[in-house]
Amino acid sequence: MLLRPKTPVASVQQDTGAAVVMVIPAFLGLLAFVAVPFLLAIFLSTQNLHFGSGLGPTWMGLEQYRRLLLDPLFSADFYRALINNATFAVVVVPAQTGLALAIALLLNRSLRGMPIFRTFFFMPVVFPMALVSVIWKLIYAPDDVGMLNTVLKVVSFGHIQPHDFLGDPKTAMAAIIVTSIWSGVGFQMVILLAGLQSISGSLYEAAAIDKAGKWQQFWNITMPGLRNTLVFVVMVTTILSLRLFDQVYIMTRGGPLNATTTVMYQAVTAAFDRGNIGNAAAITVVFFVLVLAIALIQRWFLREEREIA
Amino acid sequence: MSNATINGRRALTLSTRARDRVQVGRLGPSRLRIALSYAVLVPVTILFVSPIIYMFIASFKPNNEVLSGFAVFSPQDLSLNNYLSIFSRFSGPDTGTFTGFLTTSLLVSSVTVVGGLAVNSIAAYALARLRWPGRNLLLLGVIALVIVPFEAIAVPLFYMLDGLRNTYLVQFLPFIASPFSIYLFYSFFAGLPKSLEEAARVDGAGAWRTFFSIMLPNAKPAFATVAILQFMSSWSSFLWPVMVIDDPTVRPLPLAISVYVGTPPYGWGNIMAFGVMMVLPMLVVFLIFQRWFIRSVVASGVKG
Repeated sequence: MLLRPKTPVASVQQDTGAAVVMVIPAFLGLLAFVAVPFLLAIFLSTQNLHFGSGLGPTWMGLEQYRRLLLDPLFSADFYRALINNATFAVVVVPAQTGLALAIALLLNRSLRGMPIFRTFFFMPVVFPMALVSVIWKLIYAPDDVGMLNTVLKVVSFGHIQPHDFLGDPKTAMAAIIVTSIWSGVGFQMVILLAGLQSISGSLYEAAAIDKAGKWQQFWNITMPGLRNTLVFVVMVTTILSLRLFDQVYIMTRGGPLNATTTVMYQAVTAAFDRGNIGNAAAITVVFFVLVLAIALIQRWFLREEREIA
Repeated sequence: MSNATINGRRALTLSTRARDRVQVGRLGPSRLRIALSYAVLVPVTILFVSPIIYMFIASFKPNNEVLSGFAVFSPQDLSLNNYLSIFSRFSGPDTGTFTGFLTTSLLVSSVTVVGGLAVNSIAAYALARLRWPGRNLLLLGVIALVIVPFEAIAVPLFYMLDGLRNTYLVQFLPFIASPFSIYLFYSFFAGLPKSLEEAARVDGAGAWRTFFSIMLPNAKPAFATVAILQFMSSWSSFLWPVMVIDDPTVRPLPLAISVYVGTPPYGWGNIMAFGVMMVLPMLVVFLIFQRWFIRSVVASGVKG
C-alpha cells in the first residue's frame, strides 16, 4: 500500500489529451508553412530546377552555392546585392538609432503635449511600406518642380541644380536610405522612449545631488540603463536591413545599374523573372545564415551584460 | 535595473508605470529651457510629417499641378476629382476595383488576425500552463522558428503553394500559425501567477474551461498586442503578394498601389488619392487606439 501525501491537484495534474488538441492546429501550421519550407529551401538549393521548364529537379550538390559565390555570371550581381545591403545597414542602423534616441530624449520630459509629438513621429509606422515608397517616389521627382528639388533649390538659394535622385546610381541608394529611416525611426523611438522611462528617476536625483552634469548623467546613467534596449533595437534594424525589398521593388527595381539591388530582390527576380528556383533557394539560404549570425551576435552581447551585472 | 528583455508582460505594464513617474518630474526646468524644447520640437515635427501632409494636399490637386514646386500648397483648384477617378480607373475584372483591393486587404488581415489569435493563444497556453510530455521539446522548436524570417522561406513556399496562386487562401494560410505570436502569448501566460487557475483546477475544471474562464479574461492585453502586430504586418504585406498574386480581383492594397505606379500613364494626384484612401482607415484606427499600438510595438520589437 502506498500512501502519498496529497499535493495540490493543479501542479501534478496531467493534461496530455487537452494539450495535444490545443497544440495541434498551431503545430501543423508551423510544420507546413515554416519548418517544411525551411528544409525545402535547403533541399531546393541543391537542385537544378527551373519553373515552367517542365523538367523535374535534378541533383546539383553545392553547385548553386559555387555559382552564387564564385561564378561571375551569378556572383557579380549577388555580391553587388550584399554590398548594397551592407551599405544600407552601415548607414541606416547608426543613423536611425541615433535619430530615434535623439527624438526619444527630446520627448522624455514632463512637458505638455509630448504624447502628441510622439504620435506624429510614430505615424509613418502604420503606413504600409508600399505607400511610403510611392509618396517618396513623388518627393524625389527628377525635374525642378519635384518637391525635394524645390526645397533644395530654396535652401541653397538656387545653387543646387535639379537632380534625378532615383535615376542616378550615385544617389539612388541614399534616397532609399532616407525613405527607410523616415518610415522606421518612430518604431525605434517608442521602444527607446519606453527604455528611457524605465530608468529609475532616483538615479538622476542622486546624480544631481552629486552635482553630475547633464552630459555625465547621459553617459553614466542613461546609456548603461539603455544598453540592452539599444542592443535589441540595433539587431532588429540590422536584420530589417537584410530584408530590404519593398522600397527597392517600388522605387528603383534594383536599378539604376544594380545600384540598389538587394539580396531579397535578387531572390525574387531569380525565382520569378528567371524561374530559377534552385538559384533563388540558395540565395535565401545564404540570407538565413546571415540573419542567424546577427542573432547569435546579439545573444553574445546580451550574455556578456548578464555576466557583468 | 532596467533591462530590455522585452517579454510581453513586463513591457505591457511598463508604459503605465513610467507615465506615473514622469508626472512626478525631475527638478523643474526653467521657462527658457521649456521654450527652447518647443522651438526645436515643433519645426522638426512639421518637417517630419510633411510627406504625409504633401500626400493629402496632392490628393486634392489636379494631376498637372502636383509637380509644381511649392505652388502645390496653394489652396486653388482643390477638388475630389482624384478620388472619383480612382473608381472609374479601377472598374472591371481586368483592372480590379478599389473596393476589391480593400476587401482583399481587410479579409486577409482579419482572417490572419482572428485565426492567429485562436490558434496561437491556445497553443501558447498549453505550452505555458499545462503539464504533458513533449512540452519542452515543442517549446524549443517554436523558439527556434521565431528566428526564421519570412523572407528565408518565401521561395520554397512560392514553389509549394503554386497551385493556390491568385486566391485569398494563399494570402493568409501561411501566416495564421506564427512562432512569434505563440512566443508573445507564451511569455504572457508564463508570467501569470499560479494561484490564478489553481482554485478552478481544484474545483475540477478541465484545461479548456480553465483557459476560457480564467486565462482569456486575464489575457486581454496580450490579445490586443498580438492582434495589432499581426494586423499591421498583414495589412502592409508586400513581398508575398508580389510573388503569388497577379489577378487584379484578389489584389491587396499595397500591391495594387505598386502596380498602379508601375503602369504609366498615371497622374500623381490620382495616385495620392489612392494612397489616402488606402491609409485612412488604418490611420483612424491608429489614432483611436494609439496607446495600444505603441504598447504593442514596445512589447514586440519585430515588424514585417
